[in-house]
Amino acid sequence: MFEKATPLILSGFWLTIRISIVALCLGMILGLITCLFRLSKLRVMKFLAGVYIWIIRGTPMLVQALIIHFGIPQIVNLILKAMADGGGYQKFTFTAFASGVITLTLNAGAYLSEIFRSGIQAVPVGQSEAARSLGMTAFGTMGKIVLPQAFKIVIPSLVNQFIITIKDTSILSIIGLAELVNKAKVYVGSTYQYMETYLFVAACYLVFTSLLMLLSRFIEKKLKYAKK
Amino acid sequence: MWQEYSGRGWFHMSKERATVSTVDPIEKKIVISHLKKCFGDHEVLTDINLEVDNGEVVCIIGPSGSGKSTLLRCINRLEDPTGGTIIVDGNDITDKKANINKIRENIGMVFQQFNLFHNHTVLKNITLAPIDRKKATRQQAHARALELLERVGLSEKAASYPGELSGGQQQRVAIARALAMNPDIMLFDEPTSALDPEMVGEVLAVMKELAAEGMTMVVVTHEMGFAREVSDRVIFMADGVIVEEGPPAQVFDAPKEARTKDFLNCVL
Repeated sequence: MFEKATPLILSGFWLTIRISIVALCLGMILGLITCLFRLSKLRVMKFLAGVYIWIIRGTPMLVQALIIHFGIPQIVNLILKAMADGGGYQKFTFTAFASGVITLTLNAGAYLSEIFRSGIQAVPVGQSEAARSLGMTAFGTMGKIVLPQAFKIVIPSLVNQFIITIKDTSILSIIGLAELVNKAKVYVGSTYQYMETYLFVAACYLVFTSLLMLLSRFIEKKLKYAKK
Repeated sequence: MWQEYSGRGWFHMSKERATVSTVDPIEKKIVISHLKKCFGDHEVLTDINLEVDNGEVVCIIGPSGSGKSTLLRCINRLEDPTGGTIIVDGNDITDKKANINKIRENIGMVFQQFNLFHNHTVLKNITLAPIDRKKATRQQAHARALELLERVGLSEKAASYPGELSGGQQQRVAIARALAMNPDIMLFDEPTSALDPEMVGEVLAVMKELAAEGMTMVVVTHEMGFAREVSDRVIFMADGVIVEEGPPAQVFDAPKEARTKDFLNCVL
């Protein structure tokens, strides 16, 4: 029965994997930058980071995806049209993958920044005082002492957020991203095999997230600050 | 364990350095004038004036909350003074333009809670800052760290993580870590207060040796025996001011101020 379904759905699964990895890598970078902004002494930076987190956390990702995929190109095209002044202009669109990555990254970044912040604040202040007392710069102290320890503290929450982001990719089927759920819906539309297809989809997610959990357990073991 | 090493003069490197670097020896290592420190509305230090000579060992004693630790932490600007000036080795560290990282390289600090870097081995704890601040190559820092570890009696712990050591061992590593930067001045912030009683001795022994080798030291301590035996001068602080200071014999045996007498009656 799965002869026709498997290649179709697996191609969707592959896209889910790809977009998750891209968005999580970018989200980690965005989250770290946002977190450092939030902890900075400069009011402007704190404020910018605060507004960003406030907006992302306070609105549904579905709506964000719709705004980014349909809303932003519309505005851009209005501006382009005005600038073209009656002449022709190249119509601007996001591919579903592009707006998907942007949405997921913005989302993951906001939540990850809060996770990083809690991790950094959980490192005892004496650690950075000791490093500073030896003459190390604030930057070096952050990179060599605080962040490595903060990272270890936040691994469980980090993995939690990774899993949420992976599952959130399913929301992007609404903007036509041909990922797992989207492909399954197409298949179900012609075959009506609801139960089998969606169970298979669920299993795909479960495999992906389980692999991630195994990886995190491995890393956690590796990072134990002791021999044995 | 420490005793086998205590016979050795274990800071000959510093003597060598002293003759090389102090072409113009600055006799006053630390000059604090009119130092004031507030946390919010609360004034912790009020008009502190203090000078520490080259090679002098100064112990600061006094009740909790008297500002001893804050005073110490102002000397390497872990706390920003609210007013007054602090001159260390001829550099005004209260000057906003001062390169505080450079100045801190010459001021070692040992904390009550050891504050060893949990994510690094003992060896890396000691070599990290010298390499990071480009004071030594990897090989030099490595050799120096092993030498310092031997002197504090912990050679076999180089590959251990701080969490695997006892409190006394951690504090001895912390001293080695501070010494790895070849500081001119060492600040000790209640270095034995967080230790189990049986481990206090091993840490004090290291500090005694260091004092005997001529290191300039400022020690905040509750170890009255150590203060009496090792220090050149004892300072008694209460409520953010220096109440009394003088040679240990004078402060301990013939205190002039009533508050000093009360305090000593309680602790001795």
